[in-house]
Amino acid sequence: MEPASRLDHNHQLSLREFPYIVRWRDDRCKRCGKCTAICPVKAIEPTVQVQRAIESAGITPAPVTTRKAVHIVEQVLDMERYCTGCGSCTLVCPNEAIEPEYNPQHKFYHYKNKGGEPLKRGGRRNDPAVSTLDRLKFTRISMLTDPALDAGRHEFRVRTLLGRILPPEELPLKIKNGKLVVDKDSGKFVPPVREIFPIMIGSMSIGALSPPMWEGLAMGVAYLNEVEGLPVVMCSGEGGMPPRLLKSKYLKYFIIQIASGYFGWDEIIHALPHMKEDPAAIEIKYGQGAKPGDGGLLMAQKVLKLIASIRGVPQFVDLASPPTHQTKYSIEEAVAKMIQSMSMAWGFRVPVYPKISGTKTARAVLNNLARNPYAAALSIDGEDGGTGAAYNVSMDKMGHPIASNLRDCYLDLVKQGKQNELPLIAAGGVAKKGNLAANAAALIMLGASAVSIGKYIMQAAADCFGDEYNRCNLCNTGKCPRGITTQDPKLYRRLDSDRVAERVVETFKAADVELKKIFAPMGRSTELPIGMSDGLSIDDKAMAKRLDINYAC
Amino acid sequence: MCRLAAITSNKYFSPMENILALETMKEGHDGSGLGLTLKDLGGEFEDLKAYPVMSGICSKKGISILDEFMDKHGFKLQHVWTPKIKKVKGVTSRDYYFARAYNYPEHYKNKSMQEKEELLINTRLELRKIGESDESIFVFSFYPDVITLKEVGDPLQLGEFFGLDKNGPKAKIIFAQGRQNTNYQIYLYACHPFFIQGYCSMTNGENTAFVPIREFLMSRGFPGYTGYNSDSETFTHILHYTVRHLGFPLTYYKDVITPLKPSEADMRKDREALKLIKQSLRPLCIDGPNMVIGFTPDGTCFMVQDSKKLRPGVVGGVKGKYALMSEECGLDSDIPKRDKTKDIFPMKYDMVIISPQAEEVMVWNQLHG
Repeated sequence: MEPASRLDHNHQLSLREFPYIVRWRDDRCKRCGKCTAICPVKAIEPTVQVQRAIESAGITPAPVTTRKAVHIVEQVLDMERYCTGCGSCTLVCPNEAIEPEYNPQHKFYHYKNKGGEPLKRGGRRNDPAVSTLDRLKFTRISMLTDPALDAGRHEFRVRTLLGRILPPEELPLKIKNGKLVVDKDSGKFVPPVREIFPIMIGSMSIGALSPPMWEGLAMGVAYLNEVEGLPVVMCSGEGGMPPRLLKSKYLKYFIIQIASGYFGWDEIIHALPHMKEDPAAIEIKYGQGAKPGDGGLLMAQKVLKLIASIRGVPQFVDLASPPTHQTKYSIEEAVAKMIQSMSMAWGFRVPVYPKISGTKTARAVLNNLARNPYAAALSIDGEDGGTGAAYNVSMDKMGHPIASNLRDCYLDLVKQGKQNELPLIAAGGVAKKGNLAANAAALIMLGASAVSIGKYIMQAAADCFGDEYNRCNLCNTGKCPRGITTQDPKLYRRLDSDRVAERVVETFKAADVELKKIFAPMGRSTELPIGMSDGLSIDDKAMAKRLDINYAC
Repeated sequence: MCRLAAITSNKYFSPMENILALETMKEGHDGSGLGLTLKDLGGEFEDLKAYPVMSGICSKKGISILDEFMDKHGFKLQHVWTPKIKKVKGVTSRDYYFARAYNYPEHYKNKSMQEKEELLINTRLELRKIGESDESIFVFSFYPDVITLKEVGDPLQLGEFFGLDKNGPKAKIIFAQGRQNTNYQIYLYACHPFFIQGYCSMTNGENTAFVPIREFLMSRGFPGYTGYNSDSETFTHILHYTVRHLGFPLTYYKDVITPLKPSEADMRKDREALKLIKQSLRPLCIDGPNMVIGFTPDGTCFMVQDSKKLRPGVVGGVKGKYALMSEECGLDSDIPKRDKTKDIFPMKYDMVIISPQAEEVMVWNQLHG
C-alpha cells in the first residue's frame, strides 16, 4: 500500500513556512525567464503546469473541458533554496510581474539545520526593532540664552583624534622666552596622533568584499581626503591590501588590520621597506560584534586567484581565522607585546589599537589598555555589527549592545581622568535605519571619539539588499546579487567601482553637513562634543538611568 | 546675558564704582544677583594682607558652627568686617554677612604658601559641605587679600543694602557681575565672579561644552575643582589649571579655551607645543558665546573672547586705571575722561592684558603669538 504521506504531501513544507513568498502574476508575466535566471538561490524555477478549463463556444454552447500545458514561474518548496527576499527578480522583470513578500509567520529557523549544520549567513542581527541609538534625541537646544550657531555660516571643525594622547601634565614642554616649546631633550615618547573625520569605514576585507566594492570604497576615501579635504579613514579588514596600494601615497588613509589568521601580513611585511607613507593606524582584531568570540571565515568559494595571492594562500580553501590570537594568553603581556611589536614595525610612528566585540568585560580590557602607554585607542563593536559570514546564532544572540557598553567604558575613563587619553571607537549598528549622522553624534555624546560603519556603507554606496528581516544576507555564499561580497566575476561585474566611490563621497559629505546641523543648534562647533551627555535624552526612564542621561517624553 | 564690570587701578576705590557702571548696563541684568570680588584690599584690610580672609554668609546657626569649626582647626580670628545692613525693598536680608581675617593655625605658620593654600581651600570646601544642604553657611572665598560678596537682588539696591555707598571695603581690583539668571534657580554659589587660589574670572555667556569640561576638571584629582552650580565656574578653574597647575604663561589660557585651527597654528613659532596642548587639553575647549574677564594672583587682569566673538566686551581707561566692561556705557560711566579712540574691543583672536597696578595695556594676538 502506498504510504499516506505521499498521497497527502505530509512531509512537504508549505509556502507559509518560508520567510519570503514570491508573488508571481500570471497575467503580467511574458515568460522571458530573466527572474529565474538571476535568482541567486534558485528559489524560483520555470515549470509547466496542466490547467483544466471549461469552455463554452458556438451557436449552441455546451461546456467542454479542455486541458492545456502552461508555463509558469513557481517557488521551490525546498528550504535549501528558500527565497531570500533579495528582489533581484523584481529588478529584472520587465512587467512588474514578480515580487517577494516577507512572511512574518515564517518558520525558517526551524528548518535551517539540514545535515546537522546550523544556519550560516552574512549581514547583521535580524532585529528590525528601533535600536537604542535611534531612540536617542538631541534635546539641549541653544535658545535665546545663547545663540544657536549657523551650520552654513559659522566655521565648524568636525574632526577627532585617533591615537594615544598624553595627559597635559606629561607633555614634554618647557618655557623659553615666555613661550612654550617642545623639550626635545626630555626623551619623552610622544605617541602618534591622527586627526580624522569622526566617522570611519570599519574593517571589511578584500576577500569578503569583491574587488570593485573594495576598490570603490578605497577610491571614495582617497577622493574625500585629496579633493574634499575630509580626512575619512578606512580599515582594511583582515586579508591584506593590494601591494600597489601598500606602496602608494594613499596608504595614509588606511588602517591596516591584523587578525588571528594573519592573512595578508606576509605581503605587508615585505612591502614595509617600500612604503612611501605610514598607514593611518594598525587595528588588532580580537573580536567582532557580529560574531563575538568567533573567528573570521572566508568560505572556499570566495578564495579566487586575486584573494589567494593577496593573502598568500592556495585557491579554493576555507580560510578560517581562529577565535583568538594563538599567542594571546594574557592581556597584560601578550596583547601589550603585540601592540608594541606593531608599533615597532613602523618605528612608533603609527597608532596601534585593539578592536574587541561588545562585551560586559569591555571595561576590564579598557582598564588594562588605559595603563598601557602604547595602546592608541579601543574599538568596541556592538552586537548589531555586520559580517560577511557567521553562524546565525552568533549574529542574533551573542554580543552586547554598543550604547551602554560604550557609556560604561567612557565613564570609567572619566573616573580615572583618562577620558581624553584613550579614544573610544564605537561600532555596531550605526545607521541601521539610515540615520548615520544622528547615530554617530549620539555615540559621540555618550563618549565615543569616533564611530565605525560597515553594513551601512554597503547599503548606501552599493545598494546592498540586506536588512533586518534577513533579506538577502547571502554574503557568505559568494552569490551576492549586487556584486558586493562575491569573488565571482560574473556577479561583481554588475558593480561599478566608480559609482561606489561617488556614493561614498556623497554619503560622507552629507553626513558632514548633518553632523553640523546637529552640533550647531546645540552650540557646539570647535571641538567634537565627546561626552556631552547633557545634550542627549531618551524616552525610557530605565535607559536614561542606565546611560546616565536625561529622560524626556 | 549677564553684565560685567571690572576695574583695575593703582589706587584703592569703592565697589560702588562697579555697581554704578552696572547700573548703566541695567537692561542686561534682571536683578537676580550681584557678585563682587575685591583683590588687593585697602581700608581696614590694608594692613592685613598676610592673613587669609574668609568671605561668606551664615545663618545664626551657621555662624556658631563656623566659629566652632575654625576654633577646632586652630584658626585665630584677627579682624571682622560686617556690612551695616540697610533694609531695602526687594532684598531679603540673611542673618550674617562677613569678611573675616584669620591667622593661620600655629603649626602652619612656618609652612610654605603652597601648603597654606591647600589648607585654605580644604577648609573652605569643608565649610561649604557642612552648610550647603540647609544653606546655613556660604563661603565664597578664603584667601589672603581677597573679599567676595554675593547676594540676590538688584546691584544698585544691594550696594545700598550692604552700605557700600557709605563705607565698606576698598580695593585696587574689583570685579562685579550683574546677574541675568539663566540657570533654573537663583542660587548664590552660581553667581560670578568665581575665585580659586588667587585666580578669578567672570563671563557673560553660556558654556555649551560644560559637561565634558566639568568631567575633565573633576577628574584631575584636585579637590578645588568642584561646585559648578554655574557652567561659568569652569572658566575660572581652567585658568587655574592652565596657569597654576600646568605652569603655562597666561596667554596660553586663550590657546586652551579657543585653540587655533591647524592652518592658523602653523603660523606660530610655538606651533609644535600648540599642537600638543590642543590635543591634550581638547576637553577644555569652550564653545558657545562667552567673553571672559579674569585676574591672576599678581594682579594682572585680562579679557578674552570666544572663538567667534559672540559676546560684547570693551577695555579702556587711563594709565593707572582701566576698566574691563561688557558694554561701552559701563566704561563711560566709570572712566568718562579717557581717550575713547583708544578703547579696545577685543576680537576673536585677541587677549587684552592689563599689567598689575593698571600700569599698561597690551593686546596679545593669538595668530601671532
